[in-house]
Amino acid sequence: MIEIKNISKRFNTADGIVEALNNVSLSIADGDIFGIIGMSGAGKSTLVRCINMLERPDSGTIEIDGCDIGKLSERKLRTVRRDITMIFQGFNLLMQRNCLKNVCFPLELSGVKKSEAKKKALELLDIVGLRDKAKAYPAQLSGGQQQRVAIARALATNPKVLLCDEATSALDPTTTNSILELIRNINEKLGITVVIITHQMSVVESICKNVAILDGGEVVEQGTVSEVFTHPKSKAAQNLVFPEMESGSAIINKAGDRIIRIVFNGASATETPLIARMAVQKGIEANIAYASTKSINGKVYGSMLLGITGDKEVVKSAIDYLTRTSDVMAQEVENYG
Amino acid sequence: MGNDIFSSEALFEAWQIIKTQFPLAIWETIYVTILATVFAILIGLPLGILLVAGEKDGILPLPSWLLQILNVIINLLRSVPFLILMILVFPLTRLIVGTVVGTTASIVPLVIAAFPFVARLAESSIREINPNIIEMAQSTGASPMQIIIKVMIPESVPSLISNATIAFTTILGYSAMSGIIGGGGLGKIAINYGYYRYKYLIMILAVILLIVIVQIFQSIGTYLATKTDKRLKRK
Repeated sequence: MIEIKNISKRFNTADGIVEALNNVSLSIADGDIFGIIGMSGAGKSTLVRCINMLERPDSGTIEIDGCDIGKLSERKLRTVRRDITMIFQGFNLLMQRNCLKNVCFPLELSGVKKSEAKKKALELLDIVGLRDKAKAYPAQLSGGQQQRVAIARALATNPKVLLCDEATSALDPTTTNSILELIRNINEKLGITVVIITHQMSVVESICKNVAILDGGEVVEQGTVSEVFTHPKSKAAQNLVFPEMESGSAIINKAGDRIIRIVFNGASATETPLIARMAVQKGIEANIAYASTKSINGKVYGSMLLGITGDKEVVKSAIDYLTRTSDVMAQEVENYG
Repeated sequence: MGNDIFSSEALFEAWQIIKTQFPLAIWETIYVTILATVFAILIGLPLGILLVAGEKDGILPLPSWLLQILNVIINLLRSVPFLILMILVFPLTRLIVGTVVGTTASIVPLVIAAFPFVARLAESSIREINPNIIEMAQSTGASPMQIIIKVMIPESVPSLISNATIAFTTILGYSAMSGIIGGGGLGKIAINYGYYRYKYLIMILAVILLIVIVQIFQSIGTYLATKTDKRLKRK
């Protein structure tokens, strides 16, 4: 259980004082996959670095399983950090060590015997599917493979919490999905609590159970993912759900229409477009109010907002129809204006 | 004079000197340069690491006055011309070696002149490390000492080797200069025969040998730096 209570953090920069975090409180349950989403500069990175005290908050406390880690000595803190490991946007592997030695790194630090460390590291490389790359150097691996090695390294000390700082932001959508799949597996099999920092809606939607939206250093909304994304109340949440609104162009929509948000997360593209098929087969006409999708290797990623004229029943059957396709999520959204 | 350089007497005399003097001179040059480089690295490398680690946001912050003093000492020593420095450190040389003339005695001023330079080179090598890697090590629970020994130094080995080669060639140049105060080696021969006795052929030969030694060590250094750099291993 991670209990973040009223933390604030300011930075003195050349442009004056920047309030990175302002009275942030969150509680993250054991075994959760918790997303913290926000635009760049919202304070996400500072917040996640407070959880392992890489940044010390100016005020407030962080308790992990009831232990106030802000009060610990540097030495104690280093031991605690073995329980709260981290993966990064840039993978941060040691470039002069091979994969096996990279995974051994945290074990070396904690004084585990070489032979034992090697055995454990090989097991972990197996889990992330890279046992055959044990002797390869990071420069010889793709981004996705490097992140897998970083995950294996983060698991080496049997942590309770895994912090992911924009861990998939440098990866393409297909690789992102496979890394998220791996993280989900780890969460389920090993029961590790996962905290995911991201600016990508798709990441939160595909893996997180709970989410907090960070804006200007404050938590503006939090709850379960479906709750927050179907009833976005704050401006920041609405900007995430309706990205067009931010740029000023209004959503083309008839008054009284209900809005469905569809997320394509690697669904196979078909010859007849999904929306057209729905109109033909179900007789539900949808007005595409907003769409931002792209096709990569025959798989579709992105999101769409549909305006549908009709009552709750029509919307429900539309959602049922749309979600029958695998890797497509659809939900009705409120508060879009 | 131009014709005299290659006259038969001059060539014969040069051959005699090459046979009798050059083997020892080459050995002295290499021995002095290697020893001075090793000592300069022993002092300069930890100092260079300290300059990075000791910064305000570094992994082992030092009091800012201490860092300031270190920087001033380094800059000061680097500003003094080597010829003057050799004379200035006479007392120290006498204290350590017992004498101020001779090949071994020339190692002391060489080290004093080179270690601040090596510290700056090491500093720049260590600064090349991606700060995110240091953050990774901290998030993994590494102590400052572990970060230095297991991350900073190993990750910058190729760059450290390149810079050590630069240090070696620079010290080789200095060691030739130490011929003036009685340091041995090719520099001494070039000065004694070429400058004092107008035997230009000897001087030219000594210089050519110095160039060859620089070339050899530079090639070895470049080879090792490339060979150890695992970032260059492609698929």
